[in-house]
Amino acid sequence: MSNDVLTNNGKLPAEKAVGKSAAMTEKLYQLGVLLSLLLLCAVMTALSPRFLTMDNLMNVASQAAVSAIVSIGMFLAILTAGIDLSVGSVLALSAMMMGIASDRWGLGPYASMLVCLGSGALLGLVNGLLLTKLRLPHPFISTLGMQKMARGIALFVTAAAPISMFPDEIQYLGNNSIGQVPVSFILVAILYVGMYFFLTRTSTGRYIYAVGGNKEAARLSGIKVNSILNLVYTISGLTAALAGLVLAGRVNAVYPLAGLDYETDAIAAVIIGGASFFGGVGSIANTIIGVLLIAVLRNGLNLLNVDSAFQTFAIGAVIVVAVAVDVLRQNVMKSGR
Amino acid sequence: MVADGILLKVKGLTKKFPGVIALDGVDIEARAGEIHGICGENGAGKSTLIKMLTGAHTPDSGTIEFDGVTYTSLDPRRAMGIGIGCIYQELNLIPHLTVAENIFLGREMYLAESLNILDRGQMNAKAAELLADLGLAVSPTARLGTLGVGHQQMIEICRAVWSNAKLIIMDEPTSSLSEKEAHDLFRVMAQMKARGVAILFISHRLDEVRDNCDTVTVMRDGRSIESFAMKERSVADIIQLMVGRSIQNKYPKEPAPQGDVILSVRNLNRKGVLHDISFDLRAGEVLGFAGLVGAGRTETARAITGADPYDSGAIEVFGKPVKIRQPLDSIDAGIAFLTENRKEQGLILIQSVAFNATIVKMHKYGKAGWLSLGRIKETARKVCAEMRLKTSGMDMLVGKLSGGNQQKVVIAKWLLSNAKIFIFDEPTRGIDVGAKVEVYKLINQLVANGAGVIIICSEMEEVMGMADRILVMHEGEITGEMTQQEATQEKIMYAASGFKQAS
Repeated sequence: MSNDVLTNNGKLPAEKAVGKSAAMTEKLYQLGVLLSLLLLCAVMTALSPRFLTMDNLMNVASQAAVSAIVSIGMFLAILTAGIDLSVGSVLALSAMMMGIASDRWGLGPYASMLVCLGSGALLGLVNGLLLTKLRLPHPFISTLGMQKMARGIALFVTAAAPISMFPDEIQYLGNNSIGQVPVSFILVAILYVGMYFFLTRTSTGRYIYAVGGNKEAARLSGIKVNSILNLVYTISGLTAALAGLVLAGRVNAVYPLAGLDYETDAIAAVIIGGASFFGGVGSIANTIIGVLLIAVLRNGLNLLNVDSAFQTFAIGAVIVVAVAVDVLRQNVMKSGR
Repeated sequence: MVADGILLKVKGLTKKFPGVIALDGVDIEARAGEIHGICGENGAGKSTLIKMLTGAHTPDSGTIEFDGVTYTSLDPRRAMGIGIGCIYQELNLIPHLTVAENIFLGREMYLAESLNILDRGQMNAKAAELLADLGLAVSPTARLGTLGVGHQQMIEICRAVWSNAKLIIMDEPTSSLSEKEAHDLFRVMAQMKARGVAILFISHRLDEVRDNCDTVTVMRDGRSIESFAMKERSVADIIQLMVGRSIQNKYPKEPAPQGDVILSVRNLNRKGVLHDISFDLRAGEVLGFAGLVGAGRTETARAITGADPYDSGAIEVFGKPVKIRQPLDSIDAGIAFLTENRKEQGLILIQSVAFNATIVKMHKYGKAGWLSLGRIKETARKVCAEMRLKTSGMDMLVGKLSGGNQQKVVIAKWLLSNAKIFIFDEPTRGIDVGAKVEVYKLINQLVANGAGVIIICSEMEEVMGMADRILVMHEGEITGEMTQQEATQEKIMYAASGFKQAS
């Protein structure tokens, strides 16, 4: 009987073929994003002699740093089939809190930076709790609320005035270089490598994928889904605050309208990087490619003196194309099932 | 109307789905002014038949003669147009609208139709008239959502009446009604009958069929077995016809020596769902839960495993009381719950075999917080090899596997959780015969190793073939208990229909 069962299963070859083709589609897409980035760099090099200079590349790196850090949290949120629309406002409010701590309360630079990161983590945790405890229907709503509330407080605390002139320690992350490499870029590299290992080599990281892939199956497998979600939104708040710290260092000021619209760039980077809005699918390594793609596009269009209106249009077009390709990919995978 | 009063004549209706013959030459005749019961086990083909009559599915062959016209197939619009109405188990009404608005939904009355101006006054008046006709004390302007389920169902019936339905199909209409509401429903059904409407009444509650139906058709394995006048037969006859065939030996059951009680449940209650559920499970025992769909078997399993909360009751595992608030608590206690819906609740389809197999307490496969990917793959490979899982590799996405192989991944996952108590909910649903036998053998192996197994099966043959002892549930209560030797399909059916004395 057991041998019957073994030989009767004629489904194996077909399944194998389908499995391969789906994996191929996935790989092709990832390769495609990387190739698009390289192609874009090649085009920019051809069009502008200034593009492929160390100065300019380091400039791209330092400009991309803030968006790259914000995108980490966004990636996690989208990985759990959620979203964090509050990152830009959380960035601004956390940075403002740092300014107040340093300027008004007279705290030292490190304590002020802790205030910044602490504020971000706290705001992120509130986002998580709104979702898991208050059971708001979707993080779109809770984080949209947080976006407005945090921005409002950021404007209110200094009556909309900026705070500038920070001690060197605070400026260090955003404003210094080691050799020609901006410190912020090194920070980004460390964060992405660290996040990569966290997501692939710790059970908590794997559980984030599990929750995004199938919340109910994850729950019934003993995963504390709510704790995972709280953690994800806390990390998102924390990375937003860290981005705020870098930004404050770079411009040596904090201002309540900092980080405006950063959430859309972060969402774009994550989606271009191949993460699925349905959750459970995506790689942090591709997110950084998405970030760089947008940064290079912006930088290149700037070098070519293209109207900023067209820049905005171009970013939008890239998002639509990326998502359209993603939908096609999903359909290919589904038809293979 | 045709001369002999026959309104509906279904002849040789057949419908095949890939791998299954859902309907196999079904014949049914229903007369105007009669209540015609349709009885059968789960999977006998009742729902498929309804879907043909309402036009949701197209038959492969056979005819539907209705009101003197013969159709080879219907679509939902036409079915409604010729006067076939259906009251589904789940109500298709809009809670935020008023009673009258719901009754006339899609068939509104207008003051000026071209201007799209509704005649609310006339609709409310007409609705009041319909409600009064059916003896319902409900205001036409009340919001539907404020009514009880029973009354909402009556509103569905009003809708059907207003659309001049000549045949009303009722699919398990009393399953969510209280006794009083059900009583009201039967009164309304009698009135409809008096007006010459034919009613197809599908119910698992055979006492209701006995008390209310004029004629009955019994279905089994996609066939109509026999039709007869209810007054000439008994409930026992219906059950006999429903279960029919004798069991062939396709269950490789190997009894294991039984040990101590490892799971003890006492007076488990969940309001409106479970009522005083008490039972014991021993090491080496396969305990079957039989009953009809919705009897509370899955709900019992979900309460024990922390998937759903429970209001009161005590659970002891290996003699120690445990408090189960969430799935992790039951996993820690050594209970595995293999859910009925693999795809929705058991697996992460977009993840690999290795990931799914090792998901429970994944931190076990690492040191100081760092997972060993090699150990995860190796562990998964080993357990999958033991179960002869067919896959191209541990990185294969689970969503690409066949149903039987997916079920093996679920079992692998729980084997690796070190559980001692396994609750299988419909373990062989949707998998082919060969894989079924493998699942049965795995169950044998589990009990041989001293585990306790609970299987929830809707196929009576399966539960009788595999369980050492069978508990039967009906509407959230345990209504029967029998050993494998004592069990007969008739006894199970009696208990499952709510007759407590299973004799």
